[in-house]
Formats: sequence, C-alpha cells, structure tokens
Amino acid sequence: MEWFIIDTWIVVVGMLAAIACALLGNFLVLRKMSMMGDAISHAVLPGLAIAFLVTGARASLSMFVGAAVVGVLTAVFTQWVSRFGKVDEGASMGIVFTTLFALGLLLIVQAADHVDLDASCVLYGAIELTPLDVVWRPELLGTVIDVPRAAVVLSIVCSVNVLFVVFFFKELRISSFDSELATTMGISANVMHYLLMTLVAVTTVAAFEAVGSIIVIAMLIVPAATAHLLTDRLGTMVILSGIIAALTAVLGHIAALVLPGWLGFDAAVVETTSTSGMMAVTAGLLFALALFCSPRYGILAKRFRRLDRSSDLKAENR
Amino acid sequence: MMTAETQLQDLKQLPLVVRDLTVAYHRKPVVWDIDLSIPEGKLVSIVGPNGAGKSTLLKACLDLIPRSSGEVLIYGEPYTKARKRVGYVPQRESVDWDFPVSALDVVAMGTYGKLGWFRRVDKRSKALAMQALDRVGLADYAHRQISQLSGGQQQRTFLARALVQDADIYFMDEPFAAVDAATERAIVELLKELQSRGKTCFVVHHDLATVPQYFDWTILLNMRVVANGPTSEVFTQGNLRKTYGGKLSLFTEAAEKIAKAR
Repeated sequence: MEWFIIDTWIVVVGMLAAIACALLGNFLVLRKMSMMGDAISHAVLPGLAIAFLVTGARASLSMFVGAAVVGVLTAVFTQWVSRFGKVDEGASMGIVFTTLFALGLLLIVQAADHVDLDASCVLYGAIELTPLDVVWRPELLGTVIDVPRAAVVLSIVCSVNVLFVVFFFKELRISSFDSELATTMGISANVMHYLLMTLVAVTTVAAFEAVGSIIVIAMLIVPAATAHLLTDRLGTMVILSGIIAALTAVLGHIAALVLPGWLGFDAAVVETTSTSGMMAVTAGLLFALALFCSPRYGILAKRFRRLDRSSDLKAENR
Repeated sequence: MMTAETQLQDLKQLPLVVRDLTVAYHRKPVVWDIDLSIPEGKLVSIVGPNGAGKSTLLKACLDLIPRSSGEVLIYGEPYTKARKRVGYVPQRESVDWDFPVSALDVVAMGTYGKLGWFRRVDKRSKALAMQALDRVGLADYAHRQISQLSGGQQQRTFLARALVQDADIYFMDEPFAAVDAATERAIVELLKELQSRGKTCFVVHHDLATVPQYFDWTILLNMRVVANGPTSEVFTQGNLRKTYGGKLSLFTEAAEKIAKAR
C-alpha cells in the first residue's frame, strides 16, 4: 500500500464529513427520525440545483442557503402532508422527498449541458477528487500545504455542529427525550426540531461532494446507532459517535486501498470509486461488531448473562 | 370599575380558570365549552371514560395544543407568562425509556425551565435532583439508566422531576396507571405534601374507587364538563352515570359515527 499526501486529504475530508454527520445523527436516532435525515439529504437537491442555476457557482454560500431552505421545507411539507393528507409521517416523508429529489434530478440533468454539476457525483460523491480543488495554500514550517476546498467547508460545518451540540446540549437532551415537557418549559421542541433539520440540510450539502447523497445517510445514522449500543450516557454517546465516525473514514480509506488488490482487482481502476463506499461498509461492520460485543446490549453479553443465570439456578436447585 | 378590579384580584388568586374552551382535531371537537374555575390548594381528579378528552384538556391548559376557542388563565395570566409556576407529569408511555440518560439526569430536567436557554446544568440542579430522588425513595437508583427501573420507579422518577420544577400548579397525566402498591402510596403521600404547601394538583385518574379517598375536588369530564366541585358534592351515582353511561355516551358514539362516515 502506498500512501500519498492525497490519501491524507481524502481521510481528513472523510473524517470531517463523517464527524459532522454523526454529531447530528445522534439526535436523529434518539428522536426516532433517522429517515428524516434520509429524506432531507435527498430533498435538498432542488435547492442545490436552483441555487447553482442562479449563481452558477458550486459550494457557494447560496448553495447552502438553498439547501437549508429546502431542507426545512421538507420538514414542514412532511408535517403538512401527514396532517392534511391523513397519511402517517413515514408515508408523507416518502411523498415529499421523492418528489423533491426527482425535481432536483430533473433540474440537474436539464442544466447539465451548460453547467458543471454531475448527477452521479451528487449521488455517490467523489471524495477522491476533493483534494484536487485547492483553495488555500498556507506555508507551515517551510512547506506549502495545499488545503482542499472540501476540507475548509467541512471544517466550518463540523465546527458549527460541535458548537451546536455543546451549547444546546441541555435543550437537545430534553427536547429529544420529552418534547412536551420541554415545550411547556419554554424550550420549544419545534424550534429545536427545525434548528436540527436546518443543520442536517447544511451538513448534508457539505458532505455531498465527499460521500454523496446516498451514503451520507450511513454517516448520519450508523456511527450514532453504534455509539448508542455502547453507552448509557448521552454525552458519552455523542463523543463515541464522533470517534467511530473518524475511525470509519480511516479504516474505510485503507480498506479501499488494500481490499481490491487482495481480491485480485486492478487497484488502479477500482480505487477511484470506492472510499466513500468502503466508509459505509466499515461503519456497518463496526455496528455489527458493537451489536455482538457491546458489554451491556451486545448479543454475546446477553447470551453469557443468560448462561450465568441458568447455571446459578442449577446451583440453587442442587 | 371597582368590581372589575376585584374580579381581577380574584382571578389572580385562582390557580386555574378555563373559559369557553373548545379543542378540535380535524374539525372534530374533542372537548368543548369547558368552563372551570378551581380554588387554590386542591387535589383535583379529572375523571371520565376513554376518549373523554382528559389528556386533551391537560394539554390545552399547558398550551401544548392549539385551542379552537376560549382561554386558559393560570393565576390570572395566560400560560406563556405563567409557565414557571406550572409543573407537568406526562404519561409514562409518552417517552422512550431506552434513552441514554440516568434517573438523576431525568429528574434534573425539572430545573431546565428555570435555568433557561444556554445555561448549563450546574451542581445546584444536580443537588436538587438528588434530594427529590431521595424523597421518592430512589436515591440508590440515581445513576441507573432509566430502562433498568421498574414501571413504578419510572413513575416516581417523573414525580421527582415534577418536585424539582418547584411549581405552584401541577398537571399529571395518569400517574397512577399500572404502578405497584408502594408507588401508589408514595404518590399519594407526595400529593398530600404538595397540598399542605398550598400547591394545586390536577390529576387524570382512572380508578374510580380511590377518587373520594385521594382527591378533595373532582372534575367529571366527557367532552363537556359534567360536574366540577368538591368531591363530596359532585362524585355521586347520578353524575357518574351521566359521565360514563346513558344518553351522553350514546351521543358521543353518534358523533363519532358521523365523523367517521365523512
């Protein structure tokens, strides 16, 4: 395995995307609205496309604004459709996000002739290409560092999410656990809901380039769900989810470099498409590991406890 | 002029005044024409059949659901101005007990309202929470994750949280539902203690047999208020029949059928 500067940047971008997503993902998982992350990550597409068509620039501020607006609209529409259409929230989400997503795809395909926005890039991401787009070249200890745009954008989004979780920790905790009590206390669960949805939309857009709109859902949900299996404390869960997310990026990229060779594929061909995919696979494997080995909720631990108890019973009966 | 002022003074002494309250879901009224005025320091049971709108009434008082008409005054003020004086114990099933918090964390949530936005949960909040847990007999369980508590212990955790809210008026949604005898005694004791400190508690209650024993004020509800007054006066066979059986329930069924047919 050969490691280049570019690999370091791919891992950094992957880590930032995964951590930014995982932090918010904790609250999606705990509020039992994981699919809302999925819905928003798809539904922001028309917002992106429109912002892009209007301004003609990628990852500009307007794109984030467009995505945030459509993201919040998704949450609002979902509530409306379920209230007035007399369907449950899940069905209403399905109606809203598929419609918006399809609209977004249409817009992108229509515009593809004269703009530089590629549907497959939006769907699957192109993390391997992110280091090529350099926006900042600071000199550090005599060496020039080429900082890719994705790393800058994701650093900002990731920091915003960290601040959000730190400053609103108490509000997030109570509104996720007991939204009615929170609201009666003046900590409006609605306000927290829409704040969270806005950040999910913005984070999704920032992570698009790196991991694409399909795999971003794995980044939102899997590390948080894994962390939930490992701890009983919300603070620990949030920190663990971040660590797992970072691990996912490192292991995912290494796997992407190493695995194709092992499996007999020509690494040079496969490598360019697989890091974000391997990140999702790694996340899934880590989840499976936690599912089996978690000290309290793991399948093995439960099995052992049962054995323990039955042998205790046998001892008592003797 | 003089009378208007005295009326306002009167309102400020009353923990809860409800005027003309109607709440509807999908245009179908759930409770309607509710008029209530309850004196301070009462233990109030809210009694009625399933679907009578008991929880809805509580939630409308707490400003959790929109009113179609009418107003709710808490010590003469609308809810948004009086929220620091109000405590709430939701139904136990309304939350996810697998949530990664300890009993102490849950009880400390009772202080969040007075802490306000951004302020962190400090030592004082935790000390208050610990005290309240001790009072409901759960001090030894403070650091347990809440799914590892029994149903009764979970309910007592909720009550401890209400204590920490340090309110003047409490709304409790079925705190006695499916609890063990020890918990039931603990809740009753707690209610009496709150009463002795001049607090007013509204409790949605299902066990008719214990109403006269636990509560000195009763609201009989079946979409409308059937009776409202001291338990000794309103908790009668006649009123109960009106609430649970007879014409009123037929009327309710008819209304439901019409609503479904649409």
